[in-house]
Amino acid sequence: MIKIAAAQLWVHDQDEALAFYTQRLGWEVRTDVTLAEMGNFRWLTVAPAGQEEIAVVLMAIPGPPVFEPETSEQVRQLMAKGTAGTVFLTTDDCRASYEELSSRGVEFVDLPEERPYGIDASFRDPSGNHIRLTQELPVPVA
Amino acid sequence: MVFAPPARHLLRAKDLADARYFEPLDVDDMARAAGLSRAHFSREFRRAFGESPHAYLLTRRLERAAALLRLTDRSVADVCFSVGLQSVGSFTTSFTRTYGVSPLAYRATFPPAAAYAVVPSCVVRAYGRPQRSTFREDSAPARD
Repeated sequence: MIKIAAAQLWVHDQDEALAFYTQRLGWEVRTDVTLAEMGNFRWLTVAPAGQEEIAVVLMAIPGPPVFEPETSEQVRQLMAKGTAGTVFLTTDDCRASYEELSSRGVEFVDLPEERPYGIDASFRDPSGNHIRLTQELPVPVA
Repeated sequence: MVFAPPARHLLRAKDLADARYFEPLDVDDMARAAGLSRAHFSREFRRAFGESPHAYLLTRRLERAAALLRLTDRSVADVCFSVGLQSVGSFTTSFTRTYGVSPLAYRATFPPAAAYAVVPSCVVRAYGRPQRSTFREDSAPARD
């Protein structure tokens, strides 16, 4: 059986991203390892407390020799414009989560709104990555 | 500390339009969110996102207005104010130019908003139950 273990987000600064995901979002650090033999590559993963089986990799945008400078810059620009990726989260109570995260300084893009599938809001991380927060409605019974 | 690319600040202004379109927000507010002078901001925003901040904010409002026309039975004036616009006349003009039909004509091309309302079964049962003409007949004052 194949399962999802982790998915990656580019971040412009791993320390800032780590502070955001742990202090503002309240997630846990799962791995934070810097490998000197690999040009100080830092494998940094975070995940919500209580969800053991999956993590988000906060990946620094590499320079040469992994990416040539033009590619690094293109990724940096796409990320800053908010077009580098989205993570979809679910919550039991979207409005409560919105209040809690707002009070910790999270920048919301969409305020909680009723949609046919539930209540839904979204915010960004410091790098510009888009994160949706959905409270799914039970399927209505006719 | 690695600083975010300048486009990140333009994105903050774009997000402000998406998050607060229903408030009396204008391009000056967006420029402030990006920390740039208005003229510089408009130029940089257009370079990053391909359209002016004014066009982005207006089309965000029109998109939300179109949704309200489809999904609610609110009046055109209410819809206009609900998306942060102040003049019903300008709203009708911009809407018609963008969607090719007036707000009311646009609404008429969709099923009525009531068709989308997911009313809980307890309400359907309580309010939908037909009332017979004999309701309370036995307790009404005698008509003799």
